[in-house]
Amino acid sequence: MAAAAAALAAAVALSACGAKTDAGGSSDKAAKADTSGDTVKVGLLNSLSGTMAISEVTVRDSLKLAIDEINAKGGVLGKKIQPISEDGASDWPTFAEKASKLIREDRVVATFGCWTSASRKAVKPVFEKNKSLLFYPVQYEGLEESPYIFYTGATTNQQIVPGLDYLKSQGKKSIYLVGSDYVFPRTANKIIKAYAKANGMKVLGEDYAPLGSTEFSTIANKVKASKADAVFNTLNGDSNVAFFKEYKSAGLTAASMPVVSVSIAEEEVKSIGSQYLAGQLTAWNYYQTTAGAANAEFVKAYKAKYGQDKPTSDPMEAAYTSVYLWKAMVEKAKSFDPEKVKAASDGITFDAPEGKVTVDGASQHIYKTARIGKIGTDGLIEQVWDSGKAIKPDPYLKGYDWASGLS
Amino acid sequence: MTVILGQTFTGISIGAVLLLIALGLSLTFGQMNVINMAHGEFIMAGAYTTYVLQKSITSAGLSLLVALPVAFLVAGALGALLEWLLIRRLYLRPLDTLLVTWGVSLMLQQLARDIFGAPNVQTRAPDLLTGNITLIGGDDPLTVANSRLFILGLAIAAVVALSLTLRLTPLGRRIRGVVQNRDLAEVSGISTERVDRTAFFIGSGLAGIAGVALTLVGPIGPTMGTNIIIDAFLVIVVGGIGQLKGTVIVAFVLGVLQSVLEYSTTVSVAKVLVLVGIVAFLQWRPQGLYTLRTRSLV
Repeated sequence: MAAAAAALAAAVALSACGAKTDAGGSSDKAAKADTSGDTVKVGLLNSLSGTMAISEVTVRDSLKLAIDEINAKGGVLGKKIQPISEDGASDWPTFAEKASKLIREDRVVATFGCWTSASRKAVKPVFEKNKSLLFYPVQYEGLEESPYIFYTGATTNQQIVPGLDYLKSQGKKSIYLVGSDYVFPRTANKIIKAYAKANGMKVLGEDYAPLGSTEFSTIANKVKASKADAVFNTLNGDSNVAFFKEYKSAGLTAASMPVVSVSIAEEEVKSIGSQYLAGQLTAWNYYQTTAGAANAEFVKAYKAKYGQDKPTSDPMEAAYTSVYLWKAMVEKAKSFDPEKVKAASDGITFDAPEGKVTVDGASQHIYKTARIGKIGTDGLIEQVWDSGKAIKPDPYLKGYDWASGLS
Repeated sequence: MTVILGQTFTGISIGAVLLLIALGLSLTFGQMNVINMAHGEFIMAGAYTTYVLQKSITSAGLSLLVALPVAFLVAGALGALLEWLLIRRLYLRPLDTLLVTWGVSLMLQQLARDIFGAPNVQTRAPDLLTGNITLIGGDDPLTVANSRLFILGLAIAAVVALSLTLRLTPLGRRIRGVVQNRDLAEVSGISTERVDRTAFFIGSGLAGIAGVALTLVGPIGPTMGTNIIIDAFLVIVVGGIGQLKGTVIVAFVLGVLQSVLEYSTTVSVAKVLVLVGIVAFLQWRPQGLYTLRTRSLV
């Protein structure tokens, strides 16, 4: 009797486990996207609250603009797109939880969003386990590929390496590295140091400030004393405000020692104040001022929808583009099924605001044109150099001999 | 040579910021044994006051000058309100004041987030304060930032004003009396309740002034106070609780130490070394640099 009871208990426990595993992930049926009705759902996963909200809300707005435009023209494969917006709240576990909710409960056909590398790393296993697609629109530190993520922002060889090439072409022989103390700046600086070594450029110093730090007087003194030709800045967020105030106070200017930044776009320029930034350089793939009919239309549509004083920026543009790329992939595949969409992705092109972009099916990144810009007194960024053609994405920097030791 | 001088000046300017923040904290901690965790949010209140004033006063210089007294009053009033509502019910229970004021600090941060939004904001500095002065010219010039000089001046003015108030005014005598022996002061006819409230008003007001100074250095945000409040507590503990002289000396010593170490190592290493130094110092002198001669029996 006791043995029977034990066996029964074990059986119950086992079946409970089974049910749990089922709900948690691997069952194809539950996770399958719902494409039966007149509409298909897509997930928008951005931080609408918390420290990242300032940047990510603009990306969400930009995604909605693209969806509205597509719906106005009849949708995708005859179905209207219904966005389901979730708040990741600048909190990585929340991102993972919301990603799971979008896939399993809302049964979305694809998800667009994430900003920080931490949030992307948090949701990556969720998308991989459920075999669902994420479109990620922000420049990042590279060294990553996932079969279920499409990266529509720049990887390092489309932003940081061209930034260094530009400095080299300007005759800058020594640089100073300033960054926030976390994964992106440290990884980026590893790449920069390898580049500098191979190109005869001297790295005169490397300083990290804690994320959110606002005391930069000593770092500014060190930068000044180094007499470097230029500064490569990978600071994130508000630290930039304190850094550039101190930079100006120390008597350093864009003329005497230019700073190249990779995380300051139009929105951030507006909040830091162009009086501290005028003349400094940025490396991106898109600016509000980028020439071309597609961009003129994008800027006009964005301002009409959200306000004339709202600037457009690189991550917003990459987000907008990602929706159109997905649409083109779905139409080529004639299906919303992630596997068929992935199979159809190679060679898909779109006349994006930044210029023509092409999907590289192997890495699931896109070909992008690199652009160096100079910040103007009006807060807008004017292009001073571009790569001329779209650069093939190379997230692991396999095409560069000097990068062979990086991982 | 100019590097050493430059770093020393940077250290002094970091010390000036620390001093402005620690000054008010030292007054309230010293007099009332209140561990005021909301002091950082009074700093934030001063900074946001500057921001609000700048929206209506277009001249950056004028708005900064107006902000100094207004921020003093706003932060002081918040402090007096906190004292009246909560702290006076918790005298002789310092650990409880820590918890209560910590709760208040979280509430004030959320309030700021609701009023001003989660993203940080900036103020414009007057043109005069964005430049620098060259002290030594030549190939290796020594320059000091005008904004840092202004903050240093502000810190010195605050110390002088506070020290004169404590030494020369009847209020100052009463405050010193209460600090030395609360019960004796009470039976001598001093209304310790009123003295406490006034001292708390002044201490919190000084936090408001510190907030105005910080707008010249970095961004203004709901959590700006929490980032610096720990350093301020270190200053007053090492300086000797309630000791103006100790607070001034330790603020500058820690500032210079931090900047010199930061120059030769990195930001994080310098922070660790300073903390190790403080721990070692407190082993040797647990009561801090200066101690109070008190007539209390305990």
